[in-house]
Amino acid sequence: MTNHWVDIKNADLVFVMGGNPAEAHPCGFKWVIEAKKQRKARLVVVDPRFNRTASVADYYAPIRSGSDIAFLSGVINYLLSKDKIHHEYVKHYTNASFLIDERFALEDGLFSGYNAEKRSYDKESWKYQFDKDGYARVDETLQDPNCVFQIMKKHYARYTPEVVTRVTGTPTDAFLKVCEYIAETAAPNKTMTNLYALGWTEHSVGAQNIRSMAIIQLLLGNMGMAGGGINALRGHSNVQGITDQCLYSDALPGYLGAPLDADIDRKTYLEKRTPKAMRPNQMNFPQNFPKWWTSLMKAWYGKEATPENDFCYDWLPKRDLSYDVLNMFDRMYQGKMSGFVCQGFNPLASVANKKKVGDALAKLKYLVIMDPLVTETSEFWKNHGEVNPADPASIQTEVFRLPVAFFAEESGTCTNSGRVVRWHWKAVDGPGESKGDAEIMAHLYQTLKHMYAKEGGAFPDPILKLSWPYRIADEPSPEELLMEISGKALTDLHDPKDATKLQVKGGDQLASFGFLRDDGSTACGNWIYSGAWSQAGNLTLRRDSSDPSGLGQTLNWGFAWPVNRRILYNRASADLAGKPWDASRTVLKWTGSAWGGNDIPDMRPNAAPEEGVMPFIMNPEGVARLFARDLMADGPLPEHYEPFESPLETNPMHPKNTKAKSNPVSRIFKGDLEVFGTAKDFPYVATTYRLTEHFHFWTQHSKINAILQPEHFVEIGEELAREKGIKAGDKVKVRSNRGYIKAVAVVTKRIKALDVDGRKVHTVGIPITSGFVGRTKPGFLTNTLTPAVGDANTHTPEYKAFLVNIEKV
Amino acid sequence: MKINRRQFFKVCSAGLTGSSIAAMGFSPTAALAEVRSYKLARATETRNNCPYCSVSCGVLIYSTGDKSKNAPGKIIHIEGDPDDPVNRGSLCPKGAGLMDMVNSPNRIKFPEVREAGSNQWKRISWHEAFERIAKHMKTDRDANFITRNAAGTTVNRWNTFGFLASSSASNESGYITHKVLRSLGAVAFDTQARI
Amino acid sequence: MALQSLDIKQRSATTTPSPQARQTVEIAKLIDVSACIGCKACTAACIEWNDIRGDVGNCVGVYDNPVDLSADAWTVMRFTETEQNNKLEWLIRKDGCMHCADPGCLKACPAPGAIIQYSNGIVDFHQENCIGCGYCVTGCPFNVPRMSQKDNKAYKCTLCSDRVAVNQAPACAKACPTGAIQFGAKEDMKDYAEKRIADLKERGYDKAGLYDPQGVGGTHVMYVLHHADQPKLYAGLPDDPSISPLVSLWKGAAKPLATLALAGVALGSLFHYVTKGPNEVSKEIEDEIEREDERQLREEAK
Repeated sequence: MTNHWVDIKNADLVFVMGGNPAEAHPCGFKWVIEAKKQRKARLVVVDPRFNRTASVADYYAPIRSGSDIAFLSGVINYLLSKDKIHHEYVKHYTNASFLIDERFALEDGLFSGYNAEKRSYDKESWKYQFDKDGYARVDETLQDPNCVFQIMKKHYARYTPEVVTRVTGTPTDAFLKVCEYIAETAAPNKTMTNLYALGWTEHSVGAQNIRSMAIIQLLLGNMGMAGGGINALRGHSNVQGITDQCLYSDALPGYLGAPLDADIDRKTYLEKRTPKAMRPNQMNFPQNFPKWWTSLMKAWYGKEATPENDFCYDWLPKRDLSYDVLNMFDRMYQGKMSGFVCQGFNPLASVANKKKVGDALAKLKYLVIMDPLVTETSEFWKNHGEVNPADPASIQTEVFRLPVAFFAEESGTCTNSGRVVRWHWKAVDGPGESKGDAEIMAHLYQTLKHMYAKEGGAFPDPILKLSWPYRIADEPSPEELLMEISGKALTDLHDPKDATKLQVKGGDQLASFGFLRDDGSTACGNWIYSGAWSQAGNLTLRRDSSDPSGLGQTLNWGFAWPVNRRILYNRASADLAGKPWDASRTVLKWTGSAWGGNDIPDMRPNAAPEEGVMPFIMNPEGVARLFARDLMADGPLPEHYEPFESPLETNPMHPKNTKAKSNPVSRIFKGDLEVFGTAKDFPYVATTYRLTEHFHFWTQHSKINAILQPEHFVEIGEELAREKGIKAGDKVKVRSNRGYIKAVAVVTKRIKALDVDGRKVHTVGIPITSGFVGRTKPGFLTNTLTPAVGDANTHTPEYKAFLVNIEKV
Repeated sequence: MKINRRQFFKVCSAGLTGSSIAAMGFSPTAALAEVRSYKLARATETRNNCPYCSVSCGVLIYSTGDKSKNAPGKIIHIEGDPDDPVNRGSLCPKGAGLMDMVNSPNRIKFPEVREAGSNQWKRISWHEAFERIAKHMKTDRDANFITRNAAGTTVNRWNTFGFLASSSASNESGYITHKVLRSLGAVAFDTQARI
Repeated sequence: MALQSLDIKQRSATTTPSPQARQTVEIAKLIDVSACIGCKACTAACIEWNDIRGDVGNCVGVYDNPVDLSADAWTVMRFTETEQNNKLEWLIRKDGCMHCADPGCLKACPAPGAIIQYSNGIVDFHQENCIGCGYCVTGCPFNVPRMSQKDNKAYKCTLCSDRVAVNQAPACAKACPTGAIQFGAKEDMKDYAEKRIADLKERGYDKAGLYDPQGVGGTHVMYVLHHADQPKLYAGLPDDPSISPLVSLWKGAAKPLATLALAGVALGSLFHYVTKGPNEVSKEIEDEIEREDERQLREEAK
């Protein structure tokens, strides 16, 4: 979330698309209801199903799953063609005026630079035009045909209301009604918040779905505002924190891009990640990258990391390809992996294509499960009948199952979706011999370390010399770890501008990442968490919920990263002169000598407005990107592509180009292409989702939740039910080209057939919260049906739009 | 709800008899009324956060006992933390059912192994679990560690071993997990955040 | 809002007057159906707090699990899909005891002290005194109490009398994520409801209103409805509930009469009267039940 949960109450319009917060985040949804009650806010929902969120909405519009970009592009066209944008904001705070390379083009659904063989783009033609000083060229009149604004006008003009209806199935009047609601928030003192979740990410165009909304929010001037923003409602209690610690191969803690094969040495590595400002006077905050990285290496390797050995640069593994979960399982399936650990993760139920996952796990030599509960993955080898027809004797994988303490049985911090880090306390000991995750990892590491010390082996240095300053080697305490994450000075730090002035005493905890150095004098495990544990102590356990601004900022509750800032890009909540766009919801304002207001400024505190330092400090151009230069894999502007399994023969936007039917740069594994189904055999669009009564495959173990929702079901509309002779309560079989599941039919008025490109499209809704090892009725795993193709940028699989057939059992 | 008709008639007379006798001062037992006693009195209260979605609601965990050594606590109730600015005491149906999750009979209590080809779990000690897993990892790593790529660049990676990290573990657990994994040269790891 | 065991308004089958000197604050739970997302947090909190766990059932083709109230499910959500003014609506009503000011269950109950009405408005069942007759079921105009298969005693929502007694909100009200359940003094709840109704009217629900049916003397569980003119829309919420006239007769008139008569006769003749008196009333009540059953069957058939 760029904003935070309580801030939703400050919105004038709550726009929910790609999510169902009433279902998945009820307690966060409270703030939607508060906005309605206190501000008379309107709630608008666009979704394939009339869902729990829609049940309390002021307006609901249906949409075909997988056509969100067409819808949102239509909204952008509406805003641009009816001139419903926040002009000052767009002109100054976005790259609308930036000139793009003249070679840039979109032809027949493909952007310039497409390489069909590699399924990728050469992004050379997507770049800015630069002047002789190395700054990006701009046209502040926004008239140059190569400026972003004009490129967008041309790009989006194609998405007329008629086209939107044809592609999405949303009736035109409903689409226009939604546009009207959204357009009202172009007024500087009106804000819309957008709430989305996996309904946008789990598509082969997931990242571009979100880009589309980011563009809308920028055109309306809603970023940085109280009650505005792009708000990803994330999945797990600490999914934000674990993403921040970057438990994935692409990044080191704090989103520092991890080294690739091409980064042959530290210098090359740092240069590539340390940008130069693209416009004069900009903060270009990522210029500090070397400080963050070096401080991390000091946290990991302590005295071993020296300028002479490039701060142990070569001890970090380099990555040759993306090792995301889909790729890992594909490699496992190909027999390229020997061992695997699942820590609180149930891939048999959650990774695409259950059959492939099970077959892949069976090829491992060893599998380790760390979990508080029995998981389907831990019993992938066991025969559970039709829902898991495995043959244990033929599976040679050695499976270990380690009991892990649950939340109530450990202390530490979690970071909520609003980036607020809060401490929690242990209530009781875990059952039996269970241990905490950190303790298990420490034990395992110590065991390995002793083995390497005794026997030697492949490149033991990084293992043997890893900094391990914990009082009990097998049990690092959460306090010690949080202090390490937050960072400290290793020697006395003097003011860089005045060497006589002592800034921080050696050994002291640092107040923020502003004190980090690239010379090895500071250590910090995760720069964005810097200051969470300062000399003032552990700020994450602060429990003062006072809210003097009335905006719900609660600056003394826990610690929000970065530097306790609650609303990101908050400088954009004020005009060029530093006056808030809406004084009644002041987030930030220029006080004459400094930035003040009700948040930690996302700006150099003394940057006077006349200096022209723009609000988007993490971008070297200082402004937000309507047009995403070179960072997106699948285009600088979103374009509608069909899901890989689509009910349509072609992409209605580009009916003649088969290459542009679905995302032209999404990765497709060998063997997966063959298991895509077609509309001929699988005529219905399926989409998967959570139910409010359950959390994934966990709460099947809770008796209360099993009582509330005891058995797997699928939802279909009344019309499809009639056609197929299915009544509510009947047992049905749902098939995709990858397998089948059986479940109870729920027949509802809430899913309607849509008219798409001249044909009728039915939707089958399938909750994911079924499993076979809990207290609910044993059910099939929904991912038996889902395809393994993912988004071109994130490789998040397309769980929200694929094809199935359904019949009564 | 259907009434059991026969029972209905049977108790009719008894009911009148009882009440009549009571009215006449022959009450066999006084018609006392007392509410159920408040079950959290003297329970231990601990502040924590719900482990499910990213609202990460503040919760109050109530357990038996006072943390004295001879009386290990058992969780008897969990409700929302009214001070938490986000949930303000409320919980969703998952959060409100947390007690059954923590106390689920499906909790794993001991390290176990399912040997290759076997049809069952076998309880093992932590020591055995760590030794066997570490041995597997070391054998794998020593055999498959890649020091240099084809171009001769030092890459120091181990990609035959994969790890999926929990998105419900604490930041501290996540951090130490990352630190250990990179030190091993592991590159094949991912988190639940992706799906 | 303190509630002590002495703050009793009336007891079932007890004609000794209850102490009347104290009057505690009259409380109420307000269920704003227009803010309810049907998440069942209230159901979960109720099960957890009250230490009741029913069996894990089956999906019967709708979202409504548990599918009905039971001795182990004191509140359930009832989901209704309806089209109003050409607009699809998904009405979700939390069902459970309404804590009537004039409780039909208490009136019908023949077991001394099995049903208590406290002066704050809570109507509570005391299973120790329950004789399992099921009269309360018949007496309830909202079809709420349920007999347990395990102990043959009647159960229903207590409005968390144990929590309210120590000045805490009922478990359901506290848990409710959207604030669709509010709890407080009945007067304050009515004021709050007014604001919600004004908001709904502004959003186009002309007939929004409060459900606090006077046929049972008002209730201590009230609803804000978007369509207050059609309570039936909400999974058959009675339009104008009242205690069956026969229960009123039986408990309101017949029983005191019987009691009076009892007082005038010698103890020896008591049993003769007892066997005669109630049998007559029972016959009439039986007819009423039969009619009720038929109505229910017809409704189910619909």
